[in-house]
Amino acid sequence: MITPGRKLAPYIFVSPFIVMFAVFMAWPLARSLWLAFHRPLPDGGYRFAPLDNLNFLIHDPLFWFALLNTFFFGLFYLALQVPLSLGLALLLNRKDVKAKSFFRFAFFSTHLVGSVFVAVIANIMLGNRAGFANQIAHFVTNEQIAFLSKPNLVMPAIVLCALWLGVGYGMIYMLAALQSVDEQLHDAAAVDGASPTQRFRHVTLPGIWPVLRFLTLIGFVGALQLFELPYILYQGNGPGLRAITIVGYLYAWGFEINILSYAATIGWVLAIIIAIVSAIYLRLSRSDR
Amino acid sequence: MNAPRLNLTTRIVTHAILIALTIVVLFPIIWIIFASLKKQEDLFDSILMPRGGLSSLMLDNFRTLLTARPFFGWMLNSVFIASTQTILTVLLGTLGGFALAKYRFTCKPLIMGVMFATMLLPGQVLLPSSYELMRALGWIDSFFGIIVPGAVSVFGMFLFMQSIKNVPDELLDAARIDGASEFYIWWEIVMPTIRPMVGAYTLMSFLGAWNSFLWPQIVLQDERKYTLPIGLANMLGTSEYLTNYGVLMAGTLLAVLPVVALFFLLQREFISGLTSGALKG
Repeated sequence: MITPGRKLAPYIFVSPFIVMFAVFMAWPLARSLWLAFHRPLPDGGYRFAPLDNLNFLIHDPLFWFALLNTFFFGLFYLALQVPLSLGLALLLNRKDVKAKSFFRFAFFSTHLVGSVFVAVIANIMLGNRAGFANQIAHFVTNEQIAFLSKPNLVMPAIVLCALWLGVGYGMIYMLAALQSVDEQLHDAAAVDGASPTQRFRHVTLPGIWPVLRFLTLIGFVGALQLFELPYILYQGNGPGLRAITIVGYLYAWGFEINILSYAATIGWVLAIIIAIVSAIYLRLSRSDR
Repeated sequence: MNAPRLNLTTRIVTHAILIALTIVVLFPIIWIIFASLKKQEDLFDSILMPRGGLSSLMLDNFRTLLTARPFFGWMLNSVFIASTQTILTVLLGTLGGFALAKYRFTCKPLIMGVMFATMLLPGQVLLPSSYELMRALGWIDSFFGIIVPGAVSVFGMFLFMQSIKNVPDELLDAARIDGASEFYIWWEIVMPTIRPMVGAYTLMSFLGAWNSFLWPQIVLQDERKYTLPIGLANMLGTSEYLTNYGVLMAGTLLAVLPVVALFFLLQREFISGLTSGALKG
């Protein structure tokens, strides 16, 4: 029973989305690609210069510094976040734990705090002369320390904040994955005399492997897009530019120096990097099977 | 013989670890609650409770925040922007998702291909050109510049499409036989059936908009139009709060607690929605 209304309906339903998508996604995407191949002129116009931006980027030491910094952050963060989330989930997944949903929400709740607010809190706790870190420092050494001006503390401080935001979030996924691991398999292994470690390696780990992999990818792609946390925590690029990230560098070129074409180039290079990381990940997860 | 006692010990140890970790994780929140209630002279001397005890806590910081700063306005702006943007995303996403999940029409494969290709791109690619577009539309320093572009979520439509696929066709056909219009079917049959997904997505989208910084920071310029993240980030940059950060902590608390409370009430719905997409996909 196909009425005319039923034939027309999908077009009417999908068109508001399509129109909005065309104006606010497709067009800006095309324009941003266009920008990446052009150079600004002093009169506000643009000149076609297909390789200028890319050439500048390849020889731009600050871009590479920002890139390495962001990569390093991602690796440092994941190396801690994944085991901590898994550990927390394993602890919480024990059958004899009381008030499970309370603990689950308590650990997860920090994820609800936006990274801007976390950065504001961390700036005060770590950086203020009367903040938490200095309350402790004063108690221990009788001195005040400018924690936020120490270049070597930049990465640990950012990772710490990111962990506060991300460990409980990862735990939620790990918990869901753990609960989907076949319990009979566990019991069978236990009956066969497998030790808890063996059971973890041969039953639990293979069972949660897909989720673990997924979380690692999401975590790394998210880390590559890091911006607010370091930018607000350090009120800019931090001591020795250690708090600079790819998106922070894009923001600086686009909205502080106001050269949109170079900002667009950085954006597309970021997109390509993310595509490569995802492709490698897909490759690896296929060969796993 | 030993087993029950061993079990009891591990149980106690497990709970002790969990409680200790909860305290560590929630400590920053507890710290800012005290910081927001303390007098300036008490800030440095005590980590949590000032020496003077409960009686030396006060609400002055909150009063200053609401009178000396357009903080209340920022809060209203945040509520308005986050809720309108969320409502629009849900309406556009469920309508589009319904069309893609339950109808066959000519350009469907093309639409799906183009849209899902953009899902892989990081949003930052759009920043420079969207800024140009906002300037051209005259939407700089206007809420339109945040709400309207923010209402397009391919990810959201994808989630809705997936859950609408699970709505039985018989249900829709039965309604058609009863003479229901396609629009009526969307609103009265599809929407109630996928309510859990709508609920979870509404929360996710609201949270994202509430915490969003980068784009609003680019679009909004007038201090009275700020949202909470921009307002607070700017307060952090002002020197008057260097010495008395109690006001700033009060503001952060007010920006964070309502959302946490909302999610606490709706946590079951939210967490199941959050994980269902990942585990199925």
